[in-house]
Amino acid sequence: MSSGRIELKDVYRRYGATTALDGISLRIAEGSFTTLLGPSGCGKSTTLRIVAGLEPQSAGQVLIDGRDVAGLRAAERNIAMVFQSYALYPHMTVRQNINLPLAMRNMNVWQRLPLMDRLLASARDLEAAHRTKVREIASLLDIETLLDRKPSQLSGGQKQRAAVARALVRDPVAFLLDEPLSNLDVKLRLQMRGELVDLHQRTGRTFVYVTHDQAEAMSMSDQIAVMMDGSIVQSGTPRAIYERPATREIAAFVGDHPLNLVEVQASSSELPEPFTSFAFDTRLTNDTVVIGLRPEVLVPADDGLLAGRVARIEYLGSEAVATVVLAGDRTIRAVLPTHSALRQPGDEIRFNFDSDHAHLFDGSTGARLKARLVPRSPLRATATGPAS
Amino acid sequence: MTYRLPPAVGEALTNAWLVGPATVGMLVLIFGPVLAVAVLSFTDYQLGAQGFAWIGLENYTVLFTDPIGQRAVVNTLIYVAIVMPASMILALLVALGVHRVASWNATLAGVLRTAYFMPVAGTLVAMATVWQMLMHPNVGLFNQVLEVVGVPGQEWLSDRGIVLYSLAVIGIWETVGYNMVLFLAGLTAIPEHLYDAAEIDGVRPGWDRFWTVTWPLLGPTTLFVLVVTAARAFRVFETVATLTQGGPGFASDTLVYAMYREGFVYFKAGYASAVTMVFFVFVLTLTLVQFGVLERRVHYR
Repeated sequence: MSSGRIELKDVYRRYGATTALDGISLRIAEGSFTTLLGPSGCGKSTTLRIVAGLEPQSAGQVLIDGRDVAGLRAAERNIAMVFQSYALYPHMTVRQNINLPLAMRNMNVWQRLPLMDRLLASARDLEAAHRTKVREIASLLDIETLLDRKPSQLSGGQKQRAAVARALVRDPVAFLLDEPLSNLDVKLRLQMRGELVDLHQRTGRTFVYVTHDQAEAMSMSDQIAVMMDGSIVQSGTPRAIYERPATREIAAFVGDHPLNLVEVQASSSELPEPFTSFAFDTRLTNDTVVIGLRPEVLVPADDGLLAGRVARIEYLGSEAVATVVLAGDRTIRAVLPTHSALRQPGDEIRFNFDSDHAHLFDGSTGARLKARLVPRSPLRATATGPAS
Repeated sequence: MTYRLPPAVGEALTNAWLVGPATVGMLVLIFGPVLAVAVLSFTDYQLGAQGFAWIGLENYTVLFTDPIGQRAVVNTLIYVAIVMPASMILALLVALGVHRVASWNATLAGVLRTAYFMPVAGTLVAMATVWQMLMHPNVGLFNQVLEVVGVPGQEWLSDRGIVLYSLAVIGIWETVGYNMVLFLAGLTAIPEHLYDAAEIDGVRPGWDRFWTVTWPLLGPTTLFVLVVTAARAFRVFETVATLTQGGPGFASDTLVYAMYREGFVYFKAGYASAVTMVFFVFVLTLTLVQFGVLERRVHYR
């Protein structure tokens, strides 16, 4: 019995002169929930289609359970796929839709002809077995009452379930999901997110999920591979990606609130406003450094080292987003709690933050720097002072 | 003080104003003439005559009992029965081929599409002359080719047993291009992701894929093509008029050609009207049956 371990080795995909995939390598552990995350056009769907066998790679290997699947048709790879548009056959009932993969795998061309179940004993037996299986899957997804409807009579969420049922019925080794929730409204999307995670736990199969929605990726996955411009720029657990983004672009792409990016000259010994009370813990040779601070890591504190004035407050209920003009005329956004008194525009405000949460990136390449932004120690402050 | 119409009346007037011109046009230009023809078909009116007499169903009786009238009806039905399925099946095959070609060479597909569509764009009367040359018993290409193969040549347009089928071949040739364009549009409209889903579900390319995805999703197109082809085939006239004039001995006489001959050559407007009504009823019935039986089964959205 195969298990659903997927490995991509240096996969390229070129269309004429354009390169859609530029050397993708990724290991997807058996039973994991792996998300390919990236902006549109980054090659994540192409990667999925190559794994599925809908498209050939130009170079490189795709291994499923250690076996090179080049030249195997999608069905022979025993992989199921759920499409963004659901891709249900509009002329078939939900039952027929779910039944199709079974009929295609188990029956020959004669057995599949209409009314053959009345004539051929073999067709009759298979048909009966399939009916049971379809019913089983339908009850798993709670769509038993919809089996005799056509897709046009279903709501978006019901279509989604029917599409998942069709993928599930063959008992595939892995599920590929291509933006399956992006056609649903917000509320349904949250609900289906939970259902997909449940489904993953119940089936224990490998899920490979493609999305441009970082919140979906963060909340559902064991592993995220962030893709940009046809390459995987970082892969790891959601937490690793959020806490230690490898580049400025990744840091900006991941997270509910847009990242604050402040560029500073790093060559001088002292940092400019508003970071005069801070220093880098190692000497940097970069010309410019970009400091990335997530709005949610800024903690208002009376003795905070980052001072500014509130320009605008957006009240969101559970939190409020403040736009703050810092010393040196730098504007950042901060997430404020709403359980205490709200700040007003014009109020003075000071923030503290954990040094681990301040990301430093090279100003020109955007690559993450090892250095940390730390408060200047009082000792050092005196050492650099005029008293010598 | 200005008088204001009650809103309901005002709205009704607006509606009448918007719908009125089109309605009047339709009544005057379509329903009126149809009614006039229907009335005429019960008379012995002759074009240019001073008066006419009511003769009831006599025109219809003649059409269906007189051997010449029967010939026209039967010939038309045979012609439709050949041209309709043949031109549709051929058009579908050609469309599938051109669609396939388009996926790897758009230019070649464009050339093929244009070539197949040429008969539709050309004037049929001019094209018919070309066919006349091809089918000429002595110097025609058909017989010359047959001679090379060693098969005796045929009198394509003057043999009673062959002439109708010769016209049917021209009819098919003329219709395939048009139907192909319609089928091509239908094929292009099938969402690519359904083929992806089929591939994932283990539907093999070729017959399985055609039967599972392409053919059912072409349903609405096929219905439309069916109706259009039927109407075109029933209307066959140009080839008959230019190549055979219904001959030899009424072997290629058809309804519309009979209508033309009776009405405009012999000026028997009453009888021609009866022929027209029969033609009209045929096409109408066929269309209604096609829509009634098929429409429920082919529209999914």
